[in-house]
Amino acid sequence: MSNSFTFDISTLSAAMPEIFLLSAIVVVLLLDLFLTKQFKQATYYLTQLSLLVTGLLAFNLIDEPQAIIFGGSFIMDNMASVFKVFMAGATMVALVYTRHYLIQHSLFRGEYFTLVLLSVLGMMVMVSGYSLLTLYLGLEILSLSLYTLIAIARERAGAVEAALKYFVLGAIASGLLLYGMSMIYGISGSLNINEIANFASSSTLDSREALITNFGLVFLVIGIAFKLGAVPFHNWVPDVYQGSPTSVTMFLSTVPKIAAVAMLVRILVDGLGAMQPYWSDLFMVLAILSIALGSVVALMQTNIKRMLAYSTISHIGFIMLGFVTGVITGYGAAVFYVLVYVLMSLAAFGMIILLNKQGFEADQISDFKGLSKHSPWFALMMLVIMLSMAGVPPFIGFYSKLFILQQVVSAGFVTIAVIAVIFAVISAYYYLQVIKSMYFEDADKEVAVTAPMDMQLVLSINAVLILVVGLFPDFWMKLSISLF
Amino acid sequence: MDNSLLSVLIWLPIFAGAFVILLGNERANTARWVSVIVSVLVFIMSLSLYTEFDSTTHLMQFEEKSSWISQFNIYYHLGVDGISMPLIILTTFSTILVVVAGWEVIQTRPAHYMAAFLMMEGLIIGVFAALDAILFYAFWEASLIPMLLIIGVWGGDNRVYAAIKFFLYTFLGSVFMLVSLIYMYNKGGSFSILDMHNLSLTTVEQAWIFWAFFMAFAVKVPMFPVHTWLPDAHVQAPTGGSVILAAIMLKMGGYGFFRFSLPITPDASLEFSEVVIILSLIAIVYIGFVALVQRDMKKLIAYSSISHMGFVTLGVFALFLAYQPGAAEGALLGLEGAMVQMISHGFISAAMFLVVGVLYDRLHSREISTYGGVINSMPRFTGFAVLFAMANAGLPGTSGFVGEFMVILGAVQANIWYAVLAATTLIVGAAYTLWMVKRVFWGAITNPEVETLSDLNAREFGIMAVLAIAVIAMGLYPQPVIDVMHVSIEHLLNQALTSKL
Repeated sequence: MSNSFTFDISTLSAAMPEIFLLSAIVVVLLLDLFLTKQFKQATYYLTQLSLLVTGLLAFNLIDEPQAIIFGGSFIMDNMASVFKVFMAGATMVALVYTRHYLIQHSLFRGEYFTLVLLSVLGMMVMVSGYSLLTLYLGLEILSLSLYTLIAIARERAGAVEAALKYFVLGAIASGLLLYGMSMIYGISGSLNINEIANFASSSTLDSREALITNFGLVFLVIGIAFKLGAVPFHNWVPDVYQGSPTSVTMFLSTVPKIAAVAMLVRILVDGLGAMQPYWSDLFMVLAILSIALGSVVALMQTNIKRMLAYSTISHIGFIMLGFVTGVITGYGAAVFYVLVYVLMSLAAFGMIILLNKQGFEADQISDFKGLSKHSPWFALMMLVIMLSMAGVPPFIGFYSKLFILQQVVSAGFVTIAVIAVIFAVISAYYYLQVIKSMYFEDADKEVAVTAPMDMQLVLSINAVLILVVGLFPDFWMKLSISLF
Repeated sequence: MDNSLLSVLIWLPIFAGAFVILLGNERANTARWVSVIVSVLVFIMSLSLYTEFDSTTHLMQFEEKSSWISQFNIYYHLGVDGISMPLIILTTFSTILVVVAGWEVIQTRPAHYMAAFLMMEGLIIGVFAALDAILFYAFWEASLIPMLLIIGVWGGDNRVYAAIKFFLYTFLGSVFMLVSLIYMYNKGGSFSILDMHNLSLTTVEQAWIFWAFFMAFAVKVPMFPVHTWLPDAHVQAPTGGSVILAAIMLKMGGYGFFRFSLPITPDASLEFSEVVIILSLIAIVYIGFVALVQRDMKKLIAYSSISHMGFVTLGVFALFLAYQPGAAEGALLGLEGAMVQMISHGFISAAMFLVVGVLYDRLHSREISTYGGVINSMPRFTGFAVLFAMANAGLPGTSGFVGEFMVILGAVQANIWYAVLAATTLIVGAAYTLWMVKRVFWGAITNPEVETLSDLNAREFGIMAVLAIAVIAMGLYPQPVIDVMHVSIEHLLNQALTSKL
């Protein structure tokens, strides 16, 4: 490694959000130990506050000059800061929904919030990771917290199974990723993204070096695809989504996707950008398979969490298509898509949690029956969410697909775009199933919305944003492109 | 021209719809009154599109343009010419009818019903007024949503199947249009429809784009063989839904051919015109015979709609064969006939579905065999029904005759056999319509319930009278309508005949 590890206290401001969050985690953890039962809510509020401050600190760093600190292993640039703001914000929204769920299912414990904060820390390290090791470290902090979060509902048979499945498959994925990293390290002599980039783009790669780089690349792509849940590395997704407590499903299906995309950008775009022709071919196959399988298999689901799991797989396919293009606007399209996806997915799981009642999981599509009669407002919101996911204008989900398709066509892959839209139409069918339940069928039982006001309000804003951002998407598109 | 009339026409009904939703079903009467007032207001405002219209130019009028999504050069760009303006007025006109027609008939969630129609009105006006392809596409798709709910919530027994089939069919058709729009954007750097008119495209590109458009518009029209969603949707939809579907939504497909297919892919349109003509003739003749054997009145009218819309596509694509250098009259007649046919079919199909609606509200049956001898208990209603039936059969003096006659005249120039085949519809059409009239209205009363039928009330009488006036006025003196579209159609003809290669 060329640069020696120097430590300058003044550079720490670039890592301010992480430093604050870590301290906050310690405070929350310790405080929770000493809180008596009637003050447990304080943990929740403190967690929200920590996230708010973290988000603000990250927001403050936007448009600051890029800084690489800790011996080149940590980067603070606009992408990192913007992602951190989104992650903190999305987690806050998720926690509003989560609290209702935890109370309904008697799972309200302080550890839950500590673990969520820890996983956020892991993700923030991931988006700022500028060496393979930092990236891996962040990934593991995230994953270990998530495994535990799933298992927190240990009385549920499905939850333990999901946690175990996620853990075993996640460990394999981590292993593959690590293996790929070691290849790259071995041949380039550095863990640093910057130096790997220099190595990969140098014209003097001999055939042996190129072979090993490619070899490592394949493992890296597989590891990332595992984490994203792209076909054929998707088998854990439906089971984990279904088995986990809904609040955890919501969390792990949203915010970590941002981090995964960030890791993808760091390794494949920033680090191995020169190898783009190689990995984009792999991505194309993964993307098309994901879109196809995600769209078709979801058709037969009756469990809405499982259905959304397959829908996620197909969204991941679209996100990967953005990277196939190999141009900055294409990457921007992928980032835009992932942010939009997080917005929609949060709202969709929020709706599921909204229908939860004391000890009752509303996780079947049929649980939405007759919602439009009992709660026309939330039925309308769910309609917006589902149509947006299906890619129907004027909702935001359409513009994210439009952006991706435009980039794909512009890169010359018209056939891919046609395949993608055909599957988008197929996937519309299962989103319509939810609308059908809500609007065209009558309830077998009373569907009353009993969630507290704060959740109703946040969920409404969340869903209305899907429409409003859909009407004015320009700013967000530009922002996404500006990150590269 | 600096005004925002079109924006008001689009957004006023949409926001009014949102307001009506907020009123809630508990305040149904307020919701009804708000809806009818807004729809009348929108209609009156839309009339100034006609009065202030400059029919001497093909250029877009009432234009509005402001940046919307600058990342892709997408503009909020509205404007109308002689092709879209009459369709907008048809939309605002029909919306009043359905709002009034649903007045006391719709008892389940009346406010949401009204709101859905108001929102749909705004969205469809948006389709006709949009001059930016993405704006057009957004309105085009968004207009499916209220219709999906109208069929699914207020429809008949098999409504879920019909609603989902309707949505998926049209959605599938239009995504290909989206891909080709994106393709043209990447080539020309603009999503403006008018820029696309001038974009030069190779033969191969034009062929692909033509078929992509064709998928979108043919499903909507609908043309044989992608028409199968229509009978289901019509039969299951509530009366108001059928009216809007037949009177306006089908016209979106026809409008697409005028606005996109002909000017953007003229060479491909020429190349494939015979295919489209043959499909149109199949629709006219074969579907006419299919209509003959229907036992369900709504299904019969649905098939008759497909048959009549066949004239629109025939008129549009016959122009390539009808055109001879120096003698553009034949081609022009066909195109103008297609436009007139669209508007006239808007009136007649609306009227026919409302006629069925009146009967259905009383006996809750659409079966022809339920009825018989209705004239005995509902003489005034029968008068109107027979008039509309005659118009549907293309009786001279009614609007149904004008469009079909013009298209047939155009087709004669193209190929005499096309015209002969198309003209058989005057016989088949008369057969299925009049046979239905005979079985439903004439004859002796076989079903005792028919005896108890009460004749039209004032509300229904008003709707019928307005439509009757429209049908006869269009039939006797269609000139004002033809005048406003003439220059735009001439320009379109020029575009269609100018090779882009």
